[in-house]
Amino acid sequence: MALFLLRRLTLLAVALSGTSLLVFLLLRLLPGDVAAIIGGVEATPEQLATLRARLGTDRPLPAQYASWAGGVLAGDFGHSMLNGVSVTDELGRKLVVTLPLTLAASVLAVLLAVPLGCYAALRHRSRDGAAVSAVGQLGIAVPSFWLGIMLAALFAVELRLLPAQGFPVDGWAEPAAAARSLILPVATLALAQSAVLLRFVRSATLEVLHADYMRTARAKGRTLASALLRHGLRNAAPPVISVLGVQIASLVVGAVVIEQTFTLPGVGKMLLADVGNRDLVKVQGTVLLLSGFVLVLGAAVDVVHRLVDPRLRAAT
Amino acid sequence: MTAPVPAGERTTPPGARAAGRWSALLRSRSGAAGLALSSLVVVATLVSFAWTPYDPSRVSPRESWAPMSWEHWFGADRLGRDLLSLVLAGARATLLVSAAATVVAAVTGTLLGAAAAITPRWVRAPAGHAVDALIAFPTLLLAMVLVAVYGAGTETAVLAIGLGEGFFVARVMRAEMARVLAADYVLAARAGGASTWRIFHEHVLPGVLPTLTVLLSLVMAVAVLAEAALSYLGYGVPSGTPTWGRMLHDLQAQITVRPLVLVWPGVAIVATVLGFNLLGDGLREAGDPRVRRS
Repeated sequence: MALFLLRRLTLLAVALSGTSLLVFLLLRLLPGDVAAIIGGVEATPEQLATLRARLGTDRPLPAQYASWAGGVLAGDFGHSMLNGVSVTDELGRKLVVTLPLTLAASVLAVLLAVPLGCYAALRHRSRDGAAVSAVGQLGIAVPSFWLGIMLAALFAVELRLLPAQGFPVDGWAEPAAAARSLILPVATLALAQSAVLLRFVRSATLEVLHADYMRTARAKGRTLASALLRHGLRNAAPPVISVLGVQIASLVVGAVVIEQTFTLPGVGKMLLADVGNRDLVKVQGTVLLLSGFVLVLGAAVDVVHRLVDPRLRAAT
Repeated sequence: MTAPVPAGERTTPPGARAAGRWSALLRSRSGAAGLALSSLVVVATLVSFAWTPYDPSRVSPRESWAPMSWEHWFGADRLGRDLLSLVLAGARATLLVSAAATVVAAVTGTLLGAAAAITPRWVRAPAGHAVDALIAFPTLLLAMVLVAVYGAGTETAVLAIGLGEGFFVARVMRAEMARVLAADYVLAARAGGASTWRIFHEHVLPGVLPTLTVLLSLVMAVAVLAEAALSYLGYGVPSGTPTWGRMLHDLQAQITVRPLVLVWPGVAIVATVLGFNLLGDGLREAGDPRVRRS
């Protein structure tokens, strides 16, 4: 296990530095001079030179990367190219919206998908089991933002129960209002995630149901429920957990889109605005943070996967 | 049927094999549904090039927010543009971008997969690690980076979606190619002195083709979703071209007064994605007798 942890952490470190290098290089492909774009056409050569020095674009690429990566390691993501605001501070302000949104949505998605998936598998020959999987199949085809719009049309416009969009100006200083405005986004994101998850829970449970050890357990006199809890769960969990790892990427992407749909002032909405303004330093920091989040959680899921699946532990 | 069949040649003509595959696809319930749904969408798109009920850009203030009727099946938007015509015209950009992205994904996926499966070990190992790392990079984030650099546009959307999905295709292709390479007939070909290129071209590519077909149908579905999201966010094809995502973005501004019109572009997206997803499932079932029976 220690050897596995060491190898996985090394791989994570390599992936993180590879991603940072990739993001850095992709954003340096920009045709033309960044300083000229920011400075505009009427900037004098002296102004451009000061701007280049301030942005650091007058230095060679490896030096630029080293200072940026060094800053990131120390928790400094640089400063906005447009208004000079610290990117770290900005990310901190936006994460108080994005983190609760994604965490609540993923917990809710698991709570929805696991029982429904098990149910669809247990009753896969009957009509209601088939109906649950059909809804799951349909759910995969539904774009999350459209689902959000439809939920807003129903619960905010027609029934007037919840706000259609926005977040209190004072943020979490108004906890009730803030939580209320997160209900629809969380529900949207959770439903979209659980459709995919449901499919995997169903197929993992189906596989377990037909396994020989389940028949043996039943033959010994266990009820289906106790056989599932005692033997099925341990065997069905690993594939579902590894899917959770893949799902994290779609959770992050989902949050970016959903924040736009519900105009939530989170990391995703900020990223979209920065992309439009071509604020490369902020885009660079945000993309690195989000993809780093995916990589770190992916590694964590791998470790959990290994803990619950003794077969993998024996393999090394 | 009088001439004896020479030994070692297949007894069924290629046409019959293709026909068998088609009937297997139609026998699977998802295959038939998927084929029907995706053909419907493709035919509607093709028709929209020649004919739509109204000119999708025709502004008619008198018909602003016209309700659903025989004249306007889906109703009209604020400017009085016919929504059915807009949905039909919106299919063009969505399907073209998704199809182009699927081609990009197929090419990059096959090449990267081959680099991670067939090449000598010193190329293979790093290529494999690169594929594993790149697959974690969300497609939409890649799109955002490319948009920040090159600006939004059709090429950026195709490239971002195609590359993002290509990494996914590469991972499946690597595993599939490794499976084919382990087969005895590849060993025999190698022993017979066939070059790596020849093995790739004559054994590996045909061997992975069924899996690739299934995969591409599913990638097409994901590409439609990604294109819709990109144009919804305002970073897809240039403004002025109608797309389902942009329609949803524009119509969302009036959600408090006209929530119902938001249904149609979404239904179009769902039908398209569902169609290609079911088609992919059907193709898999048709190609895998094990699944077909259960």
